[in-house]
Amino acid sequence: MSLLKIESLTKRFGGVGAVDDCSPEVASGSITGLIGPNGSGKTTVFNLVTGFIPKDSGSVSFKARTIDGLGPDRIYALGIGRTFQLARIFPRLTALENMLVPVRRKGLRALFSGAAWSHEKERAMEMLEFLDLSLVAKTLGGELSYGQRKLLELGAVMMAEPELVLLDEPAGGVNPALLERIGDRIRRLNARGITFLLVEHNMSFVMNLCSEVVVLHRGRPIASGRPAHVRSDPAVLDAYLGA
Amino acid sequence: MSLARSGDAWKVGGLIAVLAIALLLPAIAPDPATTNVAVFTVMYVGLATAWNIMGGYGFGSYTLGLLLARIGMAGGYAPFLIVPAAGLATAALALGIGWFALRTRAATFVIVTIAFMFMLQLLAENLVGLTGGGGGLSYPVPPWGGDYFNTPFYYAMLALALLSLAISWRIRRSKFGLGLLAIRDDEDKALAVGVPTRAFKLTAFVISAALVGMIGGVYGYYVTYIYPQFVIDPLIGISMVLMVFLGGLGTLTGPVLGAVILEPAQLYLAYNYGASRLYLVFYAAVFLIVILVLPRGIVPSVGRLISDRRARAGPSAPAAAKAVAP
Amino acid sequence: MTLVLEAAVLGILTGGVYALMASGLTLIFGVMRIINVGHGALVVLGAYLSFAASRALHIDPFVTLVITMPVMFLLGFGLQVVFIRPLKTDREALSVLVTYAIALGLEGILGYVFGANYVQLQAWYDTASFPIGDFRITYVYVFGFVLCLAILVVLFLILYRTTFGASIRATMLNRTAAQLIGIDVDRVSAVAFGIGMATAAAGGVVFGITTAFNPGSHYDLISRLLTIIVLGGLGSLRGAVIAALIMLVSEDITSVVISPVWASFVFFVILIVVLLVRPQGLYGVRVRERI
Repeated sequence: MSLLKIESLTKRFGGVGAVDDCSPEVASGSITGLIGPNGSGKTTVFNLVTGFIPKDSGSVSFKARTIDGLGPDRIYALGIGRTFQLARIFPRLTALENMLVPVRRKGLRALFSGAAWSHEKERAMEMLEFLDLSLVAKTLGGELSYGQRKLLELGAVMMAEPELVLLDEPAGGVNPALLERIGDRIRRLNARGITFLLVEHNMSFVMNLCSEVVVLHRGRPIASGRPAHVRSDPAVLDAYLGA
Repeated sequence: MSLARSGDAWKVGGLIAVLAIALLLPAIAPDPATTNVAVFTVMYVGLATAWNIMGGYGFGSYTLGLLLARIGMAGGYAPFLIVPAAGLATAALALGIGWFALRTRAATFVIVTIAFMFMLQLLAENLVGLTGGGGGLSYPVPPWGGDYFNTPFYYAMLALALLSLAISWRIRRSKFGLGLLAIRDDEDKALAVGVPTRAFKLTAFVISAALVGMIGGVYGYYVTYIYPQFVIDPLIGISMVLMVFLGGLGTLTGPVLGAVILEPAQLYLAYNYGASRLYLVFYAAVFLIVILVLPRGIVPSVGRLISDRRARAGPSAPAAAKAVAP
Repeated sequence: MTLVLEAAVLGILTGGVYALMASGLTLIFGVMRIINVGHGALVVLGAYLSFAASRALHIDPFVTLVITMPVMFLLGFGLQVVFIRPLKTDREALSVLVTYAIALGLEGILGYVFGANYVQLQAWYDTASFPIGDFRITYVYVFGFVLCLAILVVLFLILYRTTFGASIRATMLNRTAAQLIGIDVDRVSAVAFGIGMATAAAGGVVFGITTAFNPGSHYDLISRLLTIIVLGGLGSLRGAVIAALIMLVSEDITSVVISPVWASFVFFVILIVVLLVRPQGLYGVRVRERI
C-alpha cells in the first residue's frame, strides 16, 4: 500500500521545468531512495511535498488523504517529517532543546506552560541516547560537530512521531564510520514502523539501505523498483553518464 | 554545582533588594524632579521589556517594535482608569496590522512595518485635526496634585513594568518561548518541525502591543500636563530598541539595565539641550556606537566573560555553554 | 472635471521628484540589501545645502546642484564606508537602526545650524505660471520635472550603458555571484550609496523649492518614499518611478475630490490592496527564499 502518493507533480522556475509530471509513490514501511543526477529535481520534490514551495500542478496525498495547499507546519503535524541538506538545527539552543521544539502539544494552555514536561524530556533523552548523543544534551547546537548535528536533526524530527520521514542527503559529507551509524539508526527506526524517503548521492549507501529506488532525470522519474533492478536499467546509466 | 546555587542565592537577594528600592523610591526621594525621572525610567523598563518579548527574539522584527510605540502611543488617548482598555484596543489594532505585515517577509516586511509606523502617526495627527484637536481627546485633570503628583503615575508604571517582566519571564520558560527562540535561530527549520511560525510571531506581537498600549495609556495621561510631548516623541520607539540592544537582546535583565542606564541620561540631555536639538546628535552617536561596537549588549557580553572565567577555573564545558545564553 | 485634470497633471509633475528620490532609495536597497531610513533626512540635507549655497553665492537653486551633488556623493560614499560596511550580520534589520540614527543625527545638526523654522528655496519661477487650457501651471513644477527626468535618464544610462553600471546590476541580482566573478562589491556599494545621495541632492532642490521644509520634514518624506518603493517592488527602478506617479496623482486627485487630509491615506489603501494581491510589489521579483 502506498503511504505517499504523488500524482503529476509539476513545478517550473522561470520557464525551466524543475519537476515535470512526476508521479512516484512511497510504499508504507519502505525505505525509498530518490536518486538522480545533480539538478534532476530531487530536493524540489521534497520542498513541494512538505509545502515549502507551492506547486504549479499535480497533487500529493498522504494516507489516501490529499495534503494539497497545506503549510509546512500542518503537513508536519499530519505525520510527514523532513530533514535538510547540510543538517539544519537550531544553533543557539541546546541539543535537548532542539529535541523539544518539535514535540506537539494540544491546547493553548499547554503552549504557555513549561517548555519541557517531564515525560517529554524523558522521551527526548531516550532518543538522544538512541543516537549516542546523551553526553552532549546540554551543549549548544552550534557547538556540535557536523556528524552530531546530522544525528540530532534526525532525532528531533522523530520527536513528533511522524509516520513518514523525508531525508535530504543523510549521508552527505559524513565519514564512513558515522555513515554506518546513520544507516543503522535509519534501519532500526524503520523496523519500528517508520517509512523513509531519502534523497542521496552516495550510491552504495542507497543500494545497501533502500528497499525501493526511484530515479529522477530532468524532473521526471525514468525508472523505479528494487535497487539491483534499477542499477542495471540502461535508461538510468544513460541519464548518469549522458548528463 | 555549589557555584551555580550560590549564584542563584545572589540573584534572588539582588532581585528582592532592587524591588524594595523600586517600591520605596517615592519615600526615599520625594522631590518631583526625581520622581519625574523615576516615572520615565520605570516606563521604559516596561516598554523595553514588552518590546523584547517580540523584538528580542530578533526575527527581523526590530521595526515591528518601532511600530509598537506608535500604536501604543496613539492608543494613549485613553483616560487613566481604563488603561486595560487601552491595552485591549492596542492589541486589537496590532492583530490587524500584524496579520497583514506578517504576510510579507524579509525586507518587504521591514519596510511595511516602517510604513505602517509613519502612517499611523500621520493618521493620529489627521484625526486630531479632524476633531479640532480640542475637547474630545484631552485627558481629564487628575484629582490629585502638588508634590505628590508623580507618585500615582510612578506606581502605575511600576506595576506595568513588573507585569511586563512577569509575562516576559513566563514566556521565556514556556513551550511558546522555546518556539520563538527556534524561530529566531532558523524560521524555515522551525516551520519544518511544526512550529506555526506566523501565529507565534503574531501572538508575540499582540502581547507586546497590549503591554505597550497600557503603558501608553498611563503615559498619555501623564505627559499632557507634565512634559512637552514633542521633546521625546520621535525617540520613543527607537529608545526602547536602543535600550534592549544596550542591555542585551533576548535576555530578561538586559532591557531593565538598558532602561535604567539610558533613560535618566536621555532625560538629562533633553531637559538641558532639548531646545537646540543637539541632544539628537548625541543620541544618534550613542546609538551608532552601541550597534557598531557592542551589538551583543551588556548582559550577554558580561555573561560570556564570566563563563570564560569559569571555564578557565574549572573544566566544565556544558556549564560554560549554558552560561552563554543567560 | 477641470480640477481633477489639473490635479492629475500636477500629480505627474510632482511625481517626477518623488520618482527620482525613490530611485536612489531603491537603488541602494537593490545593491546593498539595506533599507536606508535616513534617505529622507539626506534629501532634507540636500535641500538645506542648496538653500545655504544659493543664499551665500546668490545663485539660482538649480545651479547649486553643481556643488551639492558632488558633495553629497562623497558624503554618501563616506557614510557607507563608516556605518554600513561594518554591519556583517543581520544587515537588513540593523541597517534600519543605523540609518535611523543617521537621520536623527542629521536632524539634530540641521536644527542646530538652521533652527526649527520652515524655509523654502526661492527663484523667480517659483510663483510665475503659464496657462494650459482652463488652468495655469507654475513654471517651477515643469522645471523640476524636467530636471528629475534628465537625471533619471542619466541614471538609467549609467546603469545600462556603462561597465560600472553592469557591475552594479550584477551586484543587485546576486551579491555573492558578483563577488565570485571579481566584482569589488564593497566599492560598488559605496559608489551606489554615493549615487543615491547625489540623486537625493537633486531631489532635495526640487523638494525644497516646491515645499516649505524644516529639519523634521524627513519623517513625512521617508514614509512616502518607503511606501513608494514597496509598492513598486523593492530594488526595481521602473517600479519606483511608476509607483511615485501613482502615489502623487492619487494624492492630488483625492485632495480635490475628497479632502487633503485623506490624501496620503488613499495611497496607503492602494498599497495595502496591492500587497495583499502581490506581496512583492508591482515590479518586484519574488525572491526565492532559502529553504
